[in-house]
Amino acid sequence: MARWTPGSDINVTAGPRPLADPDAIRAPSPLAADVPARGSSLWRDGVRRLRRNRLAMAGGVVIVLLCLIAIFADVLAPLPYTKTNFGRLNEAPSRAYPLGTDQLGRDLLSRMIYGARVSMLVGLGAQLIIVAIGVPIGALSGFVGGRTDLALTRFIDVMYAFPRLLFVILVMSMLGAGLTNIFIAIGLTGWVGIARQTRAQVLSIKQKEYVEGARALGSRAGRLLFRHVLPNALTPIVVAVTFGIPEAIFTEAALSFIGVGINPPTPSWGQMVGEGQQYIRSYWHLCVFPSIAIAVTMLAFTFFGDGVRDALDPKMK
Amino acid sequence: MLHYAISRLLWLVPTLLAMALVTFLVMHATPGSPLDPVAEGANPLSPEGQKALAAYYGLDKPLWEQFAIFVGKAVRGDFGFSFVYKTRTVAEILRETFPVSLFLGSMALVLAVVGGLTLGVLAAIHQNRGWDYVSVSLATVGVAVPNFVLAVFLIIIFSFLLPLFPTGGWDSPRDWVLPTVTLALAPMGIIARFTRASMLEVIRADFTLTARAKGLAEGPVIFKHALKNALIPIVTLLGPLFAAVGTGSFFVESIFRVPGMGRFFVLSMTGRDYPMIMAVVLTYGVFLAVMNLVVDLAYGALDPRIRY
Repeated sequence: MARWTPGSDINVTAGPRPLADPDAIRAPSPLAADVPARGSSLWRDGVRRLRRNRLAMAGGVVIVLLCLIAIFADVLAPLPYTKTNFGRLNEAPSRAYPLGTDQLGRDLLSRMIYGARVSMLVGLGAQLIIVAIGVPIGALSGFVGGRTDLALTRFIDVMYAFPRLLFVILVMSMLGAGLTNIFIAIGLTGWVGIARQTRAQVLSIKQKEYVEGARALGSRAGRLLFRHVLPNALTPIVVAVTFGIPEAIFTEAALSFIGVGINPPTPSWGQMVGEGQQYIRSYWHLCVFPSIAIAVTMLAFTFFGDGVRDALDPKMK
Repeated sequence: MLHYAISRLLWLVPTLLAMALVTFLVMHATPGSPLDPVAEGANPLSPEGQKALAAYYGLDKPLWEQFAIFVGKAVRGDFGFSFVYKTRTVAEILRETFPVSLFLGSMALVLAVVGGLTLGVLAAIHQNRGWDYVSVSLATVGVAVPNFVLAVFLIIIFSFLLPLFPTGGWDSPRDWVLPTVTLALAPMGIIARFTRASMLEVIRADFTLTARAKGLAEGPVIFKHALKNALIPIVTLLGPLFAAVGTGSFFVESIFRVPGMGRFFVLSMTGRDYPMIMAVVLTYGVFLAVMNLVVDLAYGALDPRIRY
């Protein structure tokens, strides 16, 4: 019976507990057979498998469309998102206003188009911060080991025990509403998962023969880590990032829904749902259209993320 | 086993202390003070008045002392008076709102477990056929779509298009239906996905083949042999599920006007109600940590292959 110490129950390959991967068991894949023996790398095979996954590709198309909408919002939106028309408040969809107007007579369609910009920015930007914090900490913890590992793991465990959304709300209330602060809040709280994953991955790869071989040939620690360990630890990190994007989008929507997210008048889908649901009985369109936008975005990223995981998961091969 | 349980229990203490410390520091770094007037644009209190109030609430002491006092009292369940509801103690408010949240959460959890297991088993038995697609789609929607968005859709469908349930309130069992379903959908999706995977694995195991080979009917094979073994890994899901239901309740309680702890938390945020915020965060923290411990121990007891 082993003594329990911090981190000792973190299973090296599968996270904290022996948990079955929900999608690991599938019908035998017809794709496994036609992977060519020559000129194939994990990444190239992954892209090929991803291309065959129709649901994932549909999700990918929606994501590209959303990015285009976000980039060209200024051209696409029929009206500026701040343009009010006090003569036509809370109007139902009509020819002049395809999705209706809000409480201040602003065009809902235009506000939704600009809302895509906020969602995409948060989804991608927050992941950059999370990777920049989480991967170095996880890699350091797993690679150096010993007391550094113990201290970092303990810190990570405490952060992990904290209810995540609660912490984000706390940090937001400290920083105040605003886009930059959302990046900071999500970054500060979101790196924990990816750090755990990187640590577990580095721990298991560190033991591999090829790393030992490189060490025996006289490689220094830095070269070992950057040349041999990290590149091989990359797949789960990529998968974690693909799933992290919708999570960040969700977090922003949730914060704005409560009212501690984006500053008005910048439009955010979550904020539009939050304000609109109070008038759901009288003006259904105010919250229904942004709700649809959030649902479609989340589903698109989930399908794409599932596809990426299936494509890169070596267990599938 | 006993050793493991005890060391896990002891580790709870520093974890909770760290949680309290982080919350405490964040709250005090927040701009805006409880001594400011509540109404917008109102005249600020005179400096003497502020000093007197600060002394009354102990806000003039150094930070570390405030923290020590807080921890000493919190251990005894005393979180002091709420800054916003000045005549009521935090403990009073929590005593009133926590049971509501616990009730809503338990109903949602039961629905999620029953519904998720059913969907997962159906999907596994009918792999790659009709039922599988229905349950996988439901699970994906439940997991991917935020619950406040689901709430909007459910209200539109079941309150407006089919006027079956009210849009909010917490008076009669009819009011309970929509909040419970909304809160249950996400955990239900998670359970369904894992049950499906776990069942598929077990259905292909040798012992299931043996059960079939000795001529058992399909019913006993699925329920007595397969499901019993497939359930073990699902127990570990319960920890994260408690968390999902807990934080999910902020939104569900706000939308459906349920007088629970989640709604109070959102209100206390904007009012800078320090004692209330600390109490809610710690209540959630303790609850989740203890639940995680119980789940881990139960897992060890259920699966003889696990040794600590």
